[in-house]
Amino acid sequence: MDGIHDMGGMQGWGTVKIDPKEPVFSEDWHARTFALGLMSMGVSGTNLDAFRHSLERLHPMDYLGNGYYGRWLSCAEQLLVDSGILAPGAVEARARRIDGQDVEEPADVETHKPEYERGGAGSLREIADTPKFKVGQRVRASTIRKSGHTRLPAYIRGHAGVITALRPAAVLPDSTAHFTGEDAQHVYTVEFTSAELWGDDAEPSTLCIDLFESYMEPL
Amino acid sequence: MTDHPHPDDYPSPQLRVEALEALLVERELVKTEMLDGFISRYVNDVGPMNGAKVVAKAWVDPEFRKRLLENGVEACKELGFGGPQGEHIVVVENTPEQHNVVVCTLCSCYPWPLLGLPPDWYKDPAYRARIVREPRKLLGEMGLDLPEKTKIRVWDSSAENRYFILPSRPENTDGLSEEELALLVSRDAMVGVAVVKA
Repeated sequence: MDGIHDMGGMQGWGTVKIDPKEPVFSEDWHARTFALGLMSMGVSGTNLDAFRHSLERLHPMDYLGNGYYGRWLSCAEQLLVDSGILAPGAVEARARRIDGQDVEEPADVETHKPEYERGGAGSLREIADTPKFKVGQRVRASTIRKSGHTRLPAYIRGHAGVITALRPAAVLPDSTAHFTGEDAQHVYTVEFTSAELWGDDAEPSTLCIDLFESYMEPL
Repeated sequence: MTDHPHPDDYPSPQLRVEALEALLVERELVKTEMLDGFISRYVNDVGPMNGAKVVAKAWVDPEFRKRLLENGVEACKELGFGGPQGEHIVVVENTPEQHNVVVCTLCSCYPWPLLGLPPDWYKDPAYRARIVREPRKLLGEMGLDLPEKTKIRVWDSSAENRYFILPSRPENTDGLSEEELALLVSRDAMVGVAVVKA
């Protein structure tokens, strides 16, 4: 989907500062959120791709508002509500009660975890199909703008590059995030020049990205 | 500008995470000790010291270096490193001619088994947005001025391959042991936003 998460090439964010003394978790709630975020996938009966899509579905202000772990927290809550593990508003109501406010908590709802078949643990799969493309081949990235989850960023779409490696086949995030199947595909590393992506005035560099077979067409 | 999706008095993340944990513990869907275990693992056991051991070994052992560049997953397993976000580790080598740097523009994918959890700068929208478009300029702002003749290649971790940089070994380190070398290797050099200095 075209959302705030798809940041490659966006402008106006300012500079980046490295804090050499940064702890692993700078606040306790970051640590609790990290652990709960990891657990939320199993508890909601979803998966890593659905987790990433849940991040993307947040309102842009929720995505950015409280940083990385702020979005993890909203994402985990959303997955748990989607699966009926928690009622909508349950977290907010409990938080207000912890804060001393006299609010009613919503009644539990019926659990409805997604039903889908996994072909195994993790994301990598052995597939029988012959790879459609070869190392060294020129390809063009798809221009399709999906409404759902995809791992083809906007700044790559429609551009031509060269395949530099065939990687292990993997489940297609576009399908697994929506529980419609695994649709495992070959994955290729494709290299693009900065001039191709950003125009002739761009700083000279190249960019390598991993693309699923269905994200590309031959040139 | 879009309005905030929540009222002004929406509970803070601190309160909401406490609420979320309480609701899941009450329903016996998570155990507090399990959460503590995850946190402790990434605070104490999994971090850049793992990646630094891999780099130091590759610097002193040419056969390991070869295996590491050919099959990152198997070579890292030799040192006991693997697990979540390390299903397929790909190691790329930085040289004076070719510099490599890693990003995840779509979220913040990172090789957890070797580097632990990503630092703030890696998750910063400015890093995710700019490193693919003006890497030399941004690296300069982050303190790494690369010579003009050094080519730059950026790796956007968009699938489940996790990229790990094998930095160049600094000069004048011939007398150092593998353990001493590992202490020189910074997290930032293993992502490609710094070089290792003796």
